[in-house]
Amino acid sequence: MRRNECIAMLLAGGEGRRLGVLTKDLAKPAVHFGGKYRIIDFTLSNCVNSGIETVGVLTQYQPLVLNQYLGIGSPWGLDRREGGMHVLPPYVRQKGGVWYKGTANAIYQNIGFIERYDPEYVLIISGDHIYKMDYDMLLSAHKSNRADATIAVIPVPWAEASRFGVMSVDEEGRIVEFAEKPKQPTSNLASMGVYMFSWPVLREALIQDEADSQSANDFGKNVIPKLLREGARLYSYRFEGYWKDVGTIDSLWEANMDLLEDEASLNLNDRERRIYSVSPNRPAQYVAPGASVRSSLINEGCVVEGNVNRSVLFYGVKVGKGSLVEDSVLMPGAVVGKDARVIRAIVGEGAVVGDGCQVGAFDSEEIAVVGSGDTVPDARPLLEAKPI
Amino acid sequence: MKLPMMGVINLIHETEQMGTLTAGRCLATVPFGGRYRLIDFVLSSMVNSGIAKVAVFAHTKFRSLMDHLGSGGNWDLHRKQSGLFVLPPAMEDMTEFGKGDLYQFYRHRDYFVRSPLEYVVIARSHMVCNLDFARVLAEHRDRNLDVTVVCKSWPLARTGLARKVKTDADGRIVEMQDHFGRLASDVVSMEMYLLRKELLIDLVETTLAQGKDHFVRDAIMSRLGELNVGACMHDGFLGVVNTIPAFYRHNMELLDPDVWNELFFRPGPIYTKVKDEPPTRYRSGSAVVNSLVANGCEIEGTVEGSILFRGVKVRKGAAVRGSIVMQNGVIGENGALENCILDKEVEIRPQQQLRGTADVPYLAVKRNVI
Repeated sequence: MRRNECIAMLLAGGEGRRLGVLTKDLAKPAVHFGGKYRIIDFTLSNCVNSGIETVGVLTQYQPLVLNQYLGIGSPWGLDRREGGMHVLPPYVRQKGGVWYKGTANAIYQNIGFIERYDPEYVLIISGDHIYKMDYDMLLSAHKSNRADATIAVIPVPWAEASRFGVMSVDEEGRIVEFAEKPKQPTSNLASMGVYMFSWPVLREALIQDEADSQSANDFGKNVIPKLLREGARLYSYRFEGYWKDVGTIDSLWEANMDLLEDEASLNLNDRERRIYSVSPNRPAQYVAPGASVRSSLINEGCVVEGNVNRSVLFYGVKVGKGSLVEDSVLMPGAVVGKDARVIRAIVGEGAVVGDGCQVGAFDSEEIAVVGSGDTVPDARPLLEAKPI
Repeated sequence: MKLPMMGVINLIHETEQMGTLTAGRCLATVPFGGRYRLIDFVLSSMVNSGIAKVAVFAHTKFRSLMDHLGSGGNWDLHRKQSGLFVLPPAMEDMTEFGKGDLYQFYRHRDYFVRSPLEYVVIARSHMVCNLDFARVLAEHRDRNLDVTVVCKSWPLARTGLARKVKTDADGRIVEMQDHFGRLASDVVSMEMYLLRKELLIDLVETTLAQGKDHFVRDAIMSRLGELNVGACMHDGFLGVVNTIPAFYRHNMELLDPDVWNELFFRPGPIYTKVKDEPPTRYRSGSAVVNSLVANGCEIEGTVEGSILFRGVKVRKGAAVRGSIVMQNGVIGENGALENCILDKEVEIRPQQQLRGTADVPYLAVKRNVI
């Protein structure tokens, strides 16, 4: 990819309200995932691994942790003399400034930023999704179709299709119909929230969208349907591979559990396309005598003295003697005391599960959650421990 | 807090008997503790103490050193002011290569002269410890010493090679001998020498002018009578890693949680080059106990009392006991290791069994397929 032929705009202002106590001081893209990463690491690494070296990151909600995490982009190799990563919060202009009203408005407000790089194509992505994708292949498809916009799509189960923007396409992949979160979906091809635009088309569409006072200024609800109505060349790009929106506690837990499959469909060990992240600088993990660890992902700085099965442990987690951690996700610095049980649970950053306590249960439908920094202090009666 | 002191990590003629572990690398970059190189410990200690200017006097086989240190960013030494200086030998011709370290100190004297910092601490790369040089400097000033030598009371049977030191009742060093000397003393030198920059430059020029070129022997040991040289005792963990038995033993000591908690965290964290490996994957058949495991490993077999570096694979049915497996090692199905040291990227074929002893571990050379 030639320099600045294509730049990426990464929407990272998501609130992640449905993640509850896990996002109380955190924007959704900064939520921890996979034992080591934050969600935004995947899209940033995708950019770098696809040769896109200019990335604007649009932040809004709870930006402090995210800003500190992103820094000047060094962990992703995006601290560049030309281009690189830029954090773009809403800013005040002479006539006052406004909060980003919607995804399209966020890009509209940064037309000036994009024009500094004079790109031919602009990639719009979101920092809320877990997937590994080569955007260069998306760009190639976009060019060979001579498309105005290309939307990456993935088939989803029909039952879930109404949660997404879904589209019907013809045999050449051209989009003939698009519906945002339809009650009666006519297709199960869901938009991944990954859009490749030819910049002049996008620029014009954004200006028109902004002029429309009825618009919610959203790509899925307004910009894409309008382009389609006007007969623009909109194409789909079918993505094969793992993709997950981790917007809820259940989906965050599931996505972590997906990594524990012996042949996980999201390959974190592929050295050609690494996922980069900020290193916490911790020593190698220590598994004590008498401990047992199976079917799990464990990061640096952990100390395991108890039993861990089918779980994901982030850096600096401690699991005390006699404890059982199963089907759970333990966020950075979480501490599980002695003889405790953590089952089907997410334990937030720095949270403490005291000696003899129990969180979650094998027969529970719901995933138990301990909020970041919270303490589960008292020894509740233990359920019968399942042999592991 | 910033200290008025610069650091030198002197790699010139480091004493070592590391066999093939230093065949392709200098002692400073011998891998240690699952994800570190030896030099990380003294370098991180310096940075955590508030030293912002560190020179590494490289000498031989320094490709791995340059690769590891880069611009110093991982140690927060990539700075506009001060930072990291890797200084290879400055020679007129190859005949100067055999000269002592003082000669290189002299050739690099601009590094010292150009800085307004008042003190210098000169260290080696193979002393594995975590210490606060601010405390050493405070003691140096309080006791009004000319030279402060960081020392350790070390009555253990020694596997590493360290100079022996004898002090008087006031902690002044009255006798110092190379590792092979017969001096009866439980105190060893950690080869960290703190002194004023002006005194260092004086010692370098005077000693060289007298026809001698060895820093510790000629500038310090032979002047114990005229200079006030004091020992500053280090209470924490120490590993003197310059022989193969010492390398094996000090790695194994990391399996003691007290050592792990101290060496890697107190008084500050130990930094190293970031590799961006994913978390380690324990598969269903894994049975790991009493081991130190770095990121990026995939474990399907048994690991006991061992240290696995980044990206090691232990296949189904394989058993690794009492061993150190460096980066990207692969233990094939049903392979077995006992008391082995595998250098980087060694592959153990399926069914293969290798056994050493704790005193004489089996050592496999880098990239071997066995």
